[in-house]
Amino acid sequence: MRAALKLDYDLDLNRRSFLRVSIAAAGGLLVSLYLDLPATAQEGNQAPPPRAYPPDAFVHIRPDGKILITVNRLEFGQGVQTSLPMILADEMDADWSQVVAELAPAADVYKDPLYGIQMVGGSGSIAHSFQQYRELGAKTRAMLVVAAADRWHVSPDQCRTENSVVYGPAGKSARYAELIKDAARKAAPEKIRLKNASEFRLIGKRVPRLDSRAKCDGSQKFGLDLDLPGMKVAVVAHPPVFGGRVKSMDDKDARGIAGVHEVFEIPLVKGGGVAVVADKFWTAKQARDRLKIDWDLSGIEHADSSQLWTRYKETARTPGNVAVARGDDKVLDGVPAARRIVAEYEFPYLAHTPMDPLNTTIRFDGNRAEAWVPSQFQTMDQMAIAQVLGLKPEQVTFHTEYAGGGFGRRAVIDSHVQREAAVIAKRLRGTPVKLIWTREDDVRGGYYRPMHAHRVEIGIGPDGLPAAWRHVVVGQSLVAGTPFAVMMIKNGVDATTVEGTANTNYHIPNFHVSAHHPTVNVPVLWWRSVGNTHTAFVMETLIDELATRAKIDPIAYRRKLLKPDAKKLRGALDLVDEQSATWRNRLPKGHAVGIACHECFDTAVACAVDVSIENKRPRIHRATVAVDCGLAVNPLTIKSQFQGGIGFGITQLTGAITFKDGRVEQRNFDGYNLPYIIDAPVTVDVHIVPSTEAPTGCGEPPVPVISPAVVNALAKLTGKRYRSLPLVTI
Amino acid sequence: MWANHRSLLAVFLSMLVGFVTCIALSTRASIETTDKASAVDPKLADGLAAWEQVYSVLTSPRCINCHTATTYPQQGDDRRRHFANIIRGPAGKGVPGLNCVSCHQSENADSTGVPGGPNWHLAPLSMRWQDKNDRPLSSGTVCRALVDRTRNNDLNAAGLLKHHQEEPLVLWAWSPGRRPDGTRRTLPPLTHAEFVAATRTWVDAGTPCPRAK
Amino acid sequence: MATYQLKVNGQSKQVNVDPSTPLLWVLREELKMTGTKYGCGISACGACTVHVDGVATRSCVVPVSLIGDRPIVTIEGIGSDAVGRAVQEAWIEKDVVQCGYCQSGQIMSAVALLKVTAKPTDTNIEESMGGNLCRCATYVRIREAIKSAAEQI
Repeated sequence: MRAALKLDYDLDLNRRSFLRVSIAAAGGLLVSLYLDLPATAQEGNQAPPPRAYPPDAFVHIRPDGKILITVNRLEFGQGVQTSLPMILADEMDADWSQVVAELAPAADVYKDPLYGIQMVGGSGSIAHSFQQYRELGAKTRAMLVVAAADRWHVSPDQCRTENSVVYGPAGKSARYAELIKDAARKAAPEKIRLKNASEFRLIGKRVPRLDSRAKCDGSQKFGLDLDLPGMKVAVVAHPPVFGGRVKSMDDKDARGIAGVHEVFEIPLVKGGGVAVVADKFWTAKQARDRLKIDWDLSGIEHADSSQLWTRYKETARTPGNVAVARGDDKVLDGVPAARRIVAEYEFPYLAHTPMDPLNTTIRFDGNRAEAWVPSQFQTMDQMAIAQVLGLKPEQVTFHTEYAGGGFGRRAVIDSHVQREAAVIAKRLRGTPVKLIWTREDDVRGGYYRPMHAHRVEIGIGPDGLPAAWRHVVVGQSLVAGTPFAVMMIKNGVDATTVEGTANTNYHIPNFHVSAHHPTVNVPVLWWRSVGNTHTAFVMETLIDELATRAKIDPIAYRRKLLKPDAKKLRGALDLVDEQSATWRNRLPKGHAVGIACHECFDTAVACAVDVSIENKRPRIHRATVAVDCGLAVNPLTIKSQFQGGIGFGITQLTGAITFKDGRVEQRNFDGYNLPYIIDAPVTVDVHIVPSTEAPTGCGEPPVPVISPAVVNALAKLTGKRYRSLPLVTI
Repeated sequence: MWANHRSLLAVFLSMLVGFVTCIALSTRASIETTDKASAVDPKLADGLAAWEQVYSVLTSPRCINCHTATTYPQQGDDRRRHFANIIRGPAGKGVPGLNCVSCHQSENADSTGVPGGPNWHLAPLSMRWQDKNDRPLSSGTVCRALVDRTRNNDLNAAGLLKHHQEEPLVLWAWSPGRRPDGTRRTLPPLTHAEFVAATRTWVDAGTPCPRAK
Repeated sequence: MATYQLKVNGQSKQVNVDPSTPLLWVLREELKMTGTKYGCGISACGACTVHVDGVATRSCVVPVSLIGDRPIVTIEGIGSDAVGRAVQEAWIEKDVVQCGYCQSGQIMSAVALLKVTAKPTDTNIEESMGGNLCRCATYVRIREAIKSAAEQI
């Protein structure tokens, strides 16, 4: 970390944004961004006055010295509520003990600088906002320094800053809070100098989360905890098959329950349902249980998992739309049968099931609305609510609520939960209503990681390395028919279906990947790490199998096969090798090592696990993980993401959503099996490859490696290859 | 320690109670019951037949789900492993933080579908009626366990009968409440009265057990 | 509707609710104590765990009518207990939380464990915490924090 930071970004990352400083209505200095200025406008205090909504502040220095930093992301576990303020506070030289983080509402200035919408996904929070938050911090600091320098009639160069204090010559000093009024009159500096890595005081340090205490004493409010005067609670009866409609309904018993406010049919994104509005949740749920609904399920596909498997496997035997065609596909056919592997894989639908059930609260007042949403997709959700209510997005004041996990489930392109809530709020005009999806609604409500079949044919060269590889993936597209299709579907291939395979870091001379995207009446969605969940499993289990056949150590084999430019992954593999060597060489009887590595979202991960079999289940005694995520902004959080993401990845080994006659066969955590403490590794030691490259994300990348690593270990213990998930029998 | 388990026993034992007059009685004359004597001793034959009735109750899901040989209870008519990693614990009551009574209260909670009864707990391993692969043990094996005073909390025949008649968790099997979806849980194959009557017949016959294979 | 007198965190509270209402929803919606969480409603995740007469209890499945006069302690009140406070501090020291949604329940289960088992083994922890689901999978740090708290108590 002594080296200069290799970040050659254009400092003017937000080309269309300008900094403005002003005095907050409640006192204190506001540092804001504003967008789309007339060409003549300049940064500085000539800018328009602050608006109540949409807001635009990023930093608010209060007279009492507290520094409020706005986080342009949802906090749902990944830790940006701490990491982004760290970045800003570091460049600002703010007193960290006085920093308070706030989640930004929906507004243009809070959009992801790269994606162009306000969202969390694709591990972009730090990767995309690192430079933005550094600049904001550095510019704020510069204004405070100028204010102090002018006051003391010295040059800014003669001043330095530390812990929210500007120090000048001759022992002069001023706290930031004392400089508020002066700083508000200063123009924002055009040129600033960002710190070198050696000057960081927070970045790169193990900084504890700012939200820990509130999450340990029950005081942290999540969206579901919202309580507004006069608020009602709504639940919705959804059709048992996606797209079903209400044919007729008997709601007499439901209405008979004291506290039930309204029962009415509502349109859904697909089909129709019945909303029950009551004073309290339990009342609403009881009323819903007593509805007698006759559903019209005609004319819609009734998905059936066993039939889909048959169809998918047949489809996988035919070439799909081409994702990659490198070298000569015919080479494979020339390889003798003894040196060929044909492997078929099955991956079921998976629900995200964040702990915090889906919810949205809306109050519609005719020409305005206010919404409280634990949202990964603020821009989309705000637009959807506005559309249902016949408003413009800016007429919907949109609060980002803390969420108890998400894993992609709160980034839904059609905003179906928010649309339901808006339809109900519209009817209840003037009354705030909180829509709650019960766990059963969530498990059965669709928007799953799609089920996939893979078929891979490999021709092994005389050196034991794969000479030819023909790979067909079958699975629904995540984005077909949505606005994202233009960007993400090329040549009929959804990039998210083949990511992790098509762009593999392994050098395979004759390499062909194609994909089929069947249409199935099951809504699908990105699930933490997206396509890499299944593609990494296929790649890493097959590479392991090849290594075993070649009688080469699995780490050595991967090193041989990695492309020369796969530097990050090679570094992670080297580090995991080094850090796990001791325990790998001292394995107890009945234990085996499993290896896997994978790079996604620009972060490389390698993993070694120590596995035995207990009670007919894999017992993961230890996982050693090495990660290259560029500059490690907060190693404490990064390690946490990896420890947890490894555990989350085990969902692939335990869980499945299956269909029979169009109905989901699971209903709650009693049938949809998820990893508890006994299923997770006893210990996970995480090692970060030292780096001064630009930081990359850590939310998605931990997930893919664990499942293949575990089954690679199991294969050593049982001699079996596991190609069908979840693991039902070992 | 056994004293604490009284009610446990009660549970299992209670299941025993039962039937006598039941029609389906000797249905399985099959069971390798007898020795020669029973062929000539009608009371013994009746006792063995009655035992089979008792056994049919003991091995019904409402009873046997908590008489496992494993570290966990079962649930449902398919006798699947209890969800959420519930385990037996040292006294059959779970472990601190995850006790049986963390959910199962003193009576059924029909609004949430959780069954309940006084002092909800698992039977001790001495009263396991299944093997470690969750298969019910044979009629003879269960019978011999039941009458073994070193295993049954030192109950004599009269004690067994009383247990089947009165133990609250035994009685629970005949009012098991509703499932989370609102439907009623299934009942054992005999009524409680039939179960008690069968137990009485069996007890009166000297608690005979089918011969081991 | 029926009226119940509940003892929550040492205070007497009166509520007028349908007897079938789970304790969870009485706490959250009647008493506005939202630290106790709804995760599944079937006692499969543990997010709703409170102590009823000292026993870790899944409040989502226990109708308020079955509580009687047993004292209730929730995450909002556990900090006034020495073991509870030690566990909360250990959670903070180990930076356990991620999304934080399940942690009220995790902490309540951990306190119940430590009150009976002062120096829990890994097996004790796996058994007692075995029904508390964490989708962020903070299990490694939960384990560390329980051991750390045990050292402090």
